[in-house]
Order: sequence, then structure tokens, then C-alpha cells
Amino acid sequence: MSFLNIFKRKESKASSGRQNSDRGILVFENTSEVIRAESVLDEEGWKIRVMGPPPEIRSGCDLVIEIPLIEELNILRTLEKAGVQPLEMVPVSSPLLQPVNIFQNKDFGKYLMIRAANMKLTIDKETKAIVNISGGGCPDVPYLAQEMVGKTMAEAPSPREIGHTLCGYALQLAYEETGRKCSL
Amino acid sequence: MFAVVGTVPDREFPLVSGEVNLEDNVICIQGKKVSVNRGTPALLAAAIKTCEVLDQPAPFGYLVGDIGQGDGSRRLYKYLNQNLGKCDPQSKSGTSFNTIAFHYLQPDVDGHNRVLFAVDEMAQRPVLIADAGFMYAAKMSGQSAKYDLFTPDVGELAFLADEEAPHPFYTRGFILHEENRIPELISRAYEHDNAPRYLLVKGGQDYVADSQGIQATIDSPVEGAMEAMGGTGDTLTGIVAALIAAEIEIKEAAVIAARTNRLAGSFAKPTPATQVMEIVEHIPRALEAILYKDEGISEQIRA
Repeated sequence: MSFLNIFKRKESKASSGRQNSDRGILVFENTSEVIRAESVLDEEGWKIRVMGPPPEIRSGCDLVIEIPLIEELNILRTLEKAGVQPLEMVPVSSPLLQPVNIFQNKDFGKYLMIRAANMKLTIDKETKAIVNISGGGCPDVPYLAQEMVGKTMAEAPSPREIGHTLCGYALQLAYEETGRKCSL
Repeated sequence: MFAVVGTVPDREFPLVSGEVNLEDNVICIQGKKVSVNRGTPALLAAAIKTCEVLDQPAPFGYLVGDIGQGDGSRRLYKYLNQNLGKCDPQSKSGTSFNTIAFHYLQPDVDGHNRVLFAVDEMAQRPVLIADAGFMYAAKMSGQSAKYDLFTPDVGELAFLADEEAPHPFYTRGFILHEENRIPELISRAYEHDNAPRYLLVKGGQDYVADSQGIQATIDSPVEGAMEAMGGTGDTLTGIVAALIAAEIEIKEAAVIAARTNRLAGSFAKPTPATQVMEIVEHIPRALEAILYKDEGISEQIRA
């Protein structure tokens, strides 16, 4: 399952269309934990969304996971089994921030640049090599670029595997969109 | 002398502070080396090249390894809180910094605020520049107005303009990241006190703005490939920081920096696959051309 499940969800264990009053958020130590928990819950088919935290618990580079409150215990059990436990569960009382969901493409002829939120990934269209990564401001951006640039899409580690921040998360979106474009 | 605060993409890189040099295209600080790829090393490389042309001392760096887990950033925030207000014992100049550029750090409001407390304790308040993660933290803390210059790209400007967004990842959709809306975004950022004294907005066209609006537009030469290149914004921030540290007025420094970065890019004849060090190497030639041969710079600032 992918980060893009933020935007496209399959049929899941909980019904859709719930209001905030029956939703809660799981707060984790850091963004890496959120990404791990999202993978686990996605694989189990839970109806969850990765969102921005409400102002009262916001500290910096944050993500939370929105869950159906009624399934809290089952979800916590799933996460405990996977060894990724939240710091706390907070009922949702106000609207949560939505991640940016706009992609922009720029065709440079031999190269294609995909932008998601503040991150841009550019590939050589023929070799599928990642030739540049730009944008962002969190410290994993230079690290991600160091590990990914010069490798093909198939060889490079995904930002999901080695990224830790919202910028890394945005780069994953660009990476997945690039993969879709490459397969067309 | 000016200081640069940031991270390097190596988890094992210790927290170091000291004068920074560029040797064989590698950043050297306190016997440690880091290659110039993008991020803070790219900022430092551009700043060093600029200082060489201006015959100014090399920047003083506060660097730590951080690959995004925030551990290095937290140590650096703490170190700055404890040391920035004092004369740094390792500073050769023995004086306070006249300019500080804050760069790639894990955005952390509490850490940011503690650093600002330390700045308040400095004998002389330096010019404060913020970009990347530290700029995000400055905006989220509601203290943007305490800064003298931010250097956002268009997406980051939209984030500054969105009074609700705590990170560019959450910029609301109705605040589109389109270059033709830059005057509106600038105005909105100032309206909500989310902008510093000056903005240098980098993009297809670069803009220098203040609370009164756009003060200068720099649109040539044009190298579209630079948009795809990682580090070209970092080099711009490095150049402008070094110019300001050389006591060039901020608005003028921003115009010169934007023109220099563009010209250096043009000299490099980049493709979207070009790496930033190829541009850094052309900074001295570009800066000299603009400082010493271009009569138009003063006119542009007046305009």
C-alpha cells in the first residue's frame, strides 16, 4: 500500500463518511513512527488517514493518524503486535489539516520533473535514473538526495524507507507519481 | 564575521563549530569534511566563494549530522541556546557575529524559540536570515517579524501566506503555488505577520519584497533547468548572507545575490541533471561581473 492512500482508499474495515466526533488521532514519537504505523494499518485494511495534528499538540514536523474511535482497541492491538505504539490517542474535536494533494509536472524533454507539495523529483525519461531532488527544508532532504540521486527508480531506496519528515513524506508522493508516469 | 547554522546528511557527523573552508570542493570544519551536494554544505560553499571575492573572512559554521530524525537538530538547538549569546570561544575574531543564517534544521518551535532567546542576549543583534527548516519553525512560532530576511521558493511563500499551515506540506489548496500570484502571496504573508523585514523569493523570476510590496524583480538570465536542480536555492541564500555580512544593505544584497546566482547558473549551462557544485564554481566570475562591470545594478535597486 502506498502513501497515496491518503487520497485513494480501498474498501476498508470501517465504513466511510464518518464525522469528526467518532474519529480520534494517534500521536507518535516522530514522523518515522507514523510512516511505519500507516504501513501496518494499511496492510490490515483499516480506514485511516495521515493528517496534520491540531494546534494544541503541534510541535514541529508533525503527522498524526486519524482512526475510527470505535476501532481504537483493535487498532492499538494491531500496532502493538507490530511493535509500533503511539504515545497517546486523542479524540478529534476540530478539523485536521489536510496534506497538500496537488502534483505538478514539468517536461524538460529528456527529463521529467514531478512536484508534490514542496518537493521535486526529476528523472531521465529514458534511463529512469533519478537525476535531481530539490525543494524542502527538513534535514532528511539532503540525505534522501544523497541516497537516491544517480540511481534508477528501481534501484533507489524509496523515501518511505529512509525518510523521516514531512518533506520526506512529500518526496514519497512525488516518487510514487513518477513511478506511475514511468509506467504509462 | 557571520555564522551559518545547519545540518549535514551524515548521522555520525558530530556537533562542531568553527571557521569553515572549502578544499577541493569539500567543506572542512574542525578537521571534519563533508561533500557539497545540497543543503547547508551548498550554502556554505556559495558563501565561501562570495567571501573570497569580497575579501571577507570565511563563515563560522555550527553544524551537526542529522538525516531527518531530529536528534542532531535538537542537540544543535540546545548548544545554540547555551552558547550563541556568548562570544564563541572558538571564534577567531573574538567578536559577535554581524549576520547569522539559519538553515536546514528539523523544524521545532520550542528549539527555535530558545535560539531566539540566546540571540536576544547577544551584545549586538545580528542580521537574522532564515531559510529551509528553520524558516518553517520561525513562521510556525509566529516570530517571523523578528527576522531580517527569509529566502523562500514559491511553494514556501505560499506556506508563509497561509496563516494556518504549520509546514509547506499543509498549505491549503486555495492558496495556489503559482508565480503569477506572488504579489498576492507576499501581501498575505505580511498581513498575517508571517514575513520578516525582507523577502527574497526565488523562482522563475526572483523577487525582493518588503511590507510595502515587491521592491525588485530579477528575471535574467533564465535557466529553466535550475528549477529541477537541488541546492540552487541554498547557493542563493549563501551568497546573500555573505553579501549582508560584508555590510551591503539587505535589499541591494538580495538583488546582487539573485543576479549572481542566475549568472553563475547560466555560466554552468545546466541541464536538469546538473549538480550544484558546478554552479558554485562559477560564483566568483558571476559576482565579479555583477559587482564590478554591471552599472545597471544601482538603477535596478532604485526601480
